[in-house]
Formats: sequence, structure tokens, C-alpha cells
Amino acid sequence: MSLVKVRKPDELTQINFDPPRTGWMSTPVEFRPGTWCYSAAPKNLKYLDLPNPREWQPSDADWKLPLNWKEIILEGFKERLEKYRSFRLFMDICVRCGACADKCHFFIGSGDPKNMPVLRAELLRSIYRRYFTTSGKIMGKLGGARELTVDVLKEWFYYFYQCTECRRCSVFCPYGIDQAEITMIGRELLNLVGCNINWILEPAANCFRTGNHLGLQPHGIKDMMDFFADDIEDRTGIRVEVPINKKGAEILFVTPSGDLFADPGTFTCMGYLMLFHEIGLNYTWSTYASEGGNFGLFSSHELMKRLNAKIYDEARRLGVKWILGGECGHMWRVLHQYMDTMNGPADFLEEPVSPLTGTKFENARSTKMVHITEFTADLIRHNRLQLDPSRNDHLKVTFHDSCNPARAMGLFEEPRYVIKKVCNHFYEMPENTIREQTFCCGGGAGLGTDENMEVRMRGGFPRANAVKFVQEKHGVNRLACICAIDRATLHSLMEYWVPGVEVTGVHEMVANALVMKGEKKRIVGLRGEPLSGTEASKDV
Amino acid sequence: MNVRFSLLAVIILVLIPLGAVGGANWRYLFGIVIPYTAFGVFLFGFSYRVFQWGRSPVPFRIPTTCGQQKSLPWIKGNFLENPSSGAAVFARMALEILLFRSLFRNTKVALVGQRPVYGGAKWLWLAGLTFHWSFLFVLLRHLRFFTTPIPSWVDVLTKIDGFFEIGVPTLFLTDAALLLAVTYLFLRRMVIPQLRYISLPADYFPLFLILGVVLSGILMRHFYKVDLFRVKELASGWFRFTPVIPDGIGLPFYVHLFLVCVLLAYFPLSKLMHMGGVFLSPTRNLANNSRTRRHINPWNYPVKVHTYEEYEDEFRDKMKAAGLPVEKE
Repeated sequence: MSLVKVRKPDELTQINFDPPRTGWMSTPVEFRPGTWCYSAAPKNLKYLDLPNPREWQPSDADWKLPLNWKEIILEGFKERLEKYRSFRLFMDICVRCGACADKCHFFIGSGDPKNMPVLRAELLRSIYRRYFTTSGKIMGKLGGARELTVDVLKEWFYYFYQCTECRRCSVFCPYGIDQAEITMIGRELLNLVGCNINWILEPAANCFRTGNHLGLQPHGIKDMMDFFADDIEDRTGIRVEVPINKKGAEILFVTPSGDLFADPGTFTCMGYLMLFHEIGLNYTWSTYASEGGNFGLFSSHELMKRLNAKIYDEARRLGVKWILGGECGHMWRVLHQYMDTMNGPADFLEEPVSPLTGTKFENARSTKMVHITEFTADLIRHNRLQLDPSRNDHLKVTFHDSCNPARAMGLFEEPRYVIKKVCNHFYEMPENTIREQTFCCGGGAGLGTDENMEVRMRGGFPRANAVKFVQEKHGVNRLACICAIDRATLHSLMEYWVPGVEVTGVHEMVANALVMKGEKKRIVGLRGEPLSGTEASKDV
Repeated sequence: MNVRFSLLAVIILVLIPLGAVGGANWRYLFGIVIPYTAFGVFLFGFSYRVFQWGRSPVPFRIPTTCGQQKSLPWIKGNFLENPSSGAAVFARMALEILLFRSLFRNTKVALVGQRPVYGGAKWLWLAGLTFHWSFLFVLLRHLRFFTTPIPSWVDVLTKIDGFFEIGVPTLFLTDAALLLAVTYLFLRRMVIPQLRYISLPADYFPLFLILGVVLSGILMRHFYKVDLFRVKELASGWFRFTPVIPDGIGLPFYVHLFLVCVLLAYFPLSKLMHMGGVFLSPTRNLANNSRTRRHINPWNYPVKVHTYEEYEDEFRDKMKAAGLPVEKE
């Protein structure tokens, strides 16, 4: 983690909520190191056939925009007003009541007024008024309108890549105005003239080619799985089978590739393997559809659709009955709210039924895709798993609701039910920071890179602060989540703000508590730490 | 600047009828032509805006979920905050529109010892709710100027509103409430630094305008009395499309009427359109059932994808070497 450049937590918490003296239209944006992300490399744009590939950086004075950039943006603006009622409505009906202002984690952590969702949206609205409304054309600045200039474009870039599309503001807005929707459209417009960031487009290009964001090739995935199976054998004495690209399996399992690659996601992944082995699930992984997450969501609706198409295509090729999805946040935004509409109908699949409990997942009867915590909660409810939660007694756990499963799905009880069944010490964070009011990790929507670490630490501050609260009050030492981006970003966030708290996926804890048939005496957990109630832990 | 501009605009709007009716006696213009025009602009403008929204499709089902989803039978779903059926959406929307449910959630962040703390903040909700409901009551009370005989429910409403019988004529509670609420909404815009920072003339102007309408109404009722029978004569004339200007309606009435006309005509051009928009917001008025029923995007179009064949062509050798099954040997 490149925390070297980031100032000390004490300095970062010197937050001033008072706005500057100059009005927001006349306060230009400053590209200070640590607050923005590197531009996308031209090769990634070329691979995805995206416009205006070139070498440039946001800190450059000249962004090498196409000559007719203004026309392109305004044309794109108009097109999207006509295509999305949400966009047109959200441009029109905001009354600037300010209810959203202090709901944004980036505002709370930075005090930058343009991080108030209302003002971030006004960055687009001011252009909307100037070019698409009569009153704006006549009244000009008095009507809240302004000219589209390169500086405005730069401001868009800075602030739309300082929004994690978490939808928290939308919970509080009396009209449900959703900044995520506005940011998505704002980023689409920026993409039209080639203003995008590498941390989004490199994974997207990788995903297009290799099937996953990390660019893991099929044999690489096989190697990782073998490696996981070795580790599991070492911990449990059981050799799990890992079916890959298996035709005729009942279920296709899709999860974010991040969990194949970096700790602590890898432990979650091993958790899946152990669970599926134990229940004898007839399933398969896919190397072609080896990504559940979707970085297209962070660029444009079109790119989202292009990347998402693989999941249904692969399900059809392999002839599975239905699809099971792993723990991930944005992935589930796409699967739940976009996939069926974009790439459905999934009429070649069957309505999902748990082969172990016979439960029909009626809430997924059209998409045919079930969330892993829905699946596991059902297993536990029907006593299909033998669990020893005391093995997790060394953990004092709290749960971070990931933004998208929370506010674009409403998946609150399923993960909590599972957690409470696999560990004995569970503590909730304060109510204004969980469930539908949950705070983002600070690195969602493609911002989890290192060069903008200061902004990430600021944006993640409200989340970290709530974790710190339960750490101080209950001695919490483990932060559970159901999102691969969380597992990647919360680690840095905890290290910076709340040392002593480690991050875990829910299914890592499931696997540690899972009593497997024929297992050897379980001494250490998946990450090699001593489990409670074992000889090793007593020695410590 | 934004405040002064808006205030000045409303002052000018008050002076216009004072000069034109009081000085030049343009009663026909201000009593008949302008009201008809304003009402026409309102009806046409409002409909046009709603039509314009309606013309843009809703490509995706994107409700903001604020409660537990309906999933497994033994997990209790929260049908109000996360509706999965049409009836539940109706209930959610009713809560939003009638009680401002989302605004009720409002919190306020404060930094205590360099750490954010979230406290309740219900004043905005209370003031907003008071403002809108009072406005509606006042509007309904005004029906007595347009109807003969006056419907009994309007009488009941009026009686309730004047229940405490303070002063002669009775002070209407909703008048007072409306005045208080508008004042609060204005003051918070002035006093809270962030809010002041984001406020445009388009935020102050309607507040001043409504304040002008309310004040002129109250003045007319309690201080500079006008002949209400004549007012009713004029008002019912509008609806019979045989408007006449009765003699002897006092000047304050024309100020009141003119400000109302400006408000009507301004409505469709402004943020006041949230009145129509709130019904159409896709994050609130859609059921969270996108995995149960396929939502159709009318402009869904085919996109360029990377097919499995292309994928296998690139990696076939590596797949075979790793022992992974392939389609073509």
C-alpha cells in the first residue's frame, strides 16, 4: 500500500465543512497528487474500441481532446436525456434542500463542497440548463447555467471519479435523486471524449479478453485452484475437487476474480470450494465467464452489457440449470438490476432450486441467479451443514453492508443470519452506518487504486470511524463483508484508521466453522491463524 | 447577490399591480387577462414537462432499496422500504408523497473530537411537511371563492382551520403555519453555510414569491379588508368564462392575485416541478423485482462482445495443456 504519500490520520481529520469564499462556479479544480487517478492507457481503449486513445494525464494542461469535443458532449447529453427518464428527471426536479449534502462519505471525509451530492450533480445541471432549457439560455448564470468549457470538463472528471456510486444520498433524497445515476451518465459523457481512468479500463479490457479483470488466463485459473486445493488439504486433510468448464453441471458459479488473486479474498474463495465439496454440489467454474464483477458499470451502460454478456452465454454453452453468484458488491448491482434486462431473457435456464434443500429461489425465477448468502442461509436453516461456531471464538466480528447489495437489492438479513450461525461474537456498528445507511469503503466504482490514496482514506473515514467505535466498545477485531472490492480496499483502510482489525469474507468464516466429513483435527484456519478451542490456540 | 436579486424581483412584482391597478386602473388586464394567461401557461407548461419526462423511457429497474428484500420465505421482507409488488410500491409512494418518508430519515453530521457523529435532524422534514400541507389546506379553503353553494367539506375544513378562534376574523392556523414554515425554509438557506453555498436565485425567488402571496393574503384578511363578495363574483366569473370586473375590490387583492399568477406561470419553468416529478422517480416508484420479472428496455441494442469461440481460439493450446476441456480439439 502506498501510504507514504498520504498524510497522517491526525492531519486528515482536520476537516472543515465551511465552503470557500468563492462561488462554486468560479472555484476551479486543482489536481493535487493523491486525489485523482491515472488516465487509461491507450492500449486498453483500443482493445475496447473506445474513442480518443492517447497518452495524457489529468494533471496536464492539455487533455488532447478531439477538436469537436464540445459537440460530442452536448450530443451525448441530449441522447441520454432522451434515453433515461432518471437522468432527465434528476436534472429537473432537485430543489437543493441539502438533505443529501452531509450523507456523502467523500464530503464527510474531505469537507469539499463539490462532494456534496447536490453540488456534484449541479456540475452537470448547470450545463443542462445552459444548453437544454429556455430559462437557462435566457438567464445565464442567474438561472444557474454556465458555458461548457474545458475547465468544466476537468471538474466533471475530478468529481465523477470522486463518487463511488454508492447511492447513500439517494436514500435520503425526498425525490430519490440518485447521484450514482448522475455519475454514471457523467462518466459516460467523459468516456465519449476519451477521459477515463486506467484502474477501470485496464480491468475492463482484461475482462473482455480473458474473461476476468485480472487478466488471468485459463491455465492460470487452473493453477490457482490447484493451489487453493493444496492449502485446503493442508488445513483439513481433505482434497477438494474443483470442476472447471464442466459441461452438464447443474450450477455455474461466478464470483469476482479478485478473490482468486489476493488475500483475504483468496480465503473466501477457498471457503466456497470447501462448502461446495462438503455438500457435494454438482457445479462448475468457468474460465470464460471468470468474472462476476463488472468494471463496465463504471464506464458506460454499453460496456457493462458487453462484459456481462459472458455469464448467460457461458451458462448456455455449459448447459447448466442455473447460476450461483459469489460475494461481491457491484457485481450484484449488475446481476440484480441490469443483467436480465440487458442480456436476458434467461429462458434457457431453469428456475433455481437448491439441490440439497429443495428450496425454490422464487425471487430469482427470471434471472436464474442466486446470491451465495441466500443459498448458504437456506442450507443452514435446513440443517444441511454441520457447524462449529466456537472455532471462530477468537473473532469479534462486525459486518459491513456493501453499498450495492444494501441499496440496490436489500440483502441485509441473509449475510447476518449466516454470520451469526458461524461465529459467536457478532456486534453491529451504529445504526446510521449500516444497512441502507451503510458507508462505502471509499474505493468503490473503480476508485480502489493507490495513486488516489488520500481520497480513498478520506472517503473511507466514516466507515472506518464506525469500525473504530465497535473496536473500542466491544473489542471487534474482524470486519466481515460480502464484496471483493471491500476485501481489497478495507484492508488498507483498517491499516490506516483502525489498526488491529482484519477483513474477512463471510464464507471464510463459514469454512472455518464447517465440520467436514473425514476432516483431520482442524488446528489452523484458512489464513493460517490458530482456531479457537484447538491445541494450537491454547498454546498461544 | 442571489438573495438580493430574488428579493428585488419580488418587490418589483408587488409594485407592478400597485402602479398598474392603483395608478393606471388596468383592472381588466390584471383581473382577467393575466389570470387566464397564467393559468393557461401553468396547465400547458406543467403538462408539457410531464409529457417530456414521460417521453424518456425507463430502461432499467433501479429502485433504491431501504429495507430487507423479499427472498427466502422465512426472512421477513420490508414491503414499505423495499417493495416487491405494485401494491407495495403504491404504499411506498404514498408514504413519500404524503409524509415525506425519505426526508424523515434525515441526519446531521457533526465532528466531535475529530470524529463524525450522526444526530437526528427532523426540522427540515417538519418544516417541509408543514409547508406543503398548509399550502394544500389554504388552497382548498380558497374553493369557497369559486363554488356556489360552497361544498360542506370546504366549510368543515375552514372551521377546523379556524378552530381556536383567535382574533376577528379568525386567524387560520394554516396561514400562520405556512408563514412560519416559509420563513424557516428561507432562514436555513441563509444561515447554514453549505446550503447558502449551493443556493441559486431559483431557490430564493419562489420562497420570496410564496411569502409575498401569503403576506398579501393575510394582510387582506386581517388589515386591509377587501370586499369578499365582489372577489367571489370575479372568481366565479372566470369559471363561467364570462368574467366581469366588479367595482370596489381593493388594491391588496390585485397584488395577491398578481403574485399568484406569477407563481402559476413560473411553476413549469422551475424546480417547483418536483410536484410532478416526485411521482415519476424511478428509484422510488419501481418494485424491486428485477430478478423475478424481466424488465424491458425499449432501446436495448446488440453490442460487440468477445465470444467464447474467440476466447478459445486464443487460449486453446494453453487450455489443453492444463487439461481443461475445449470445444474444438
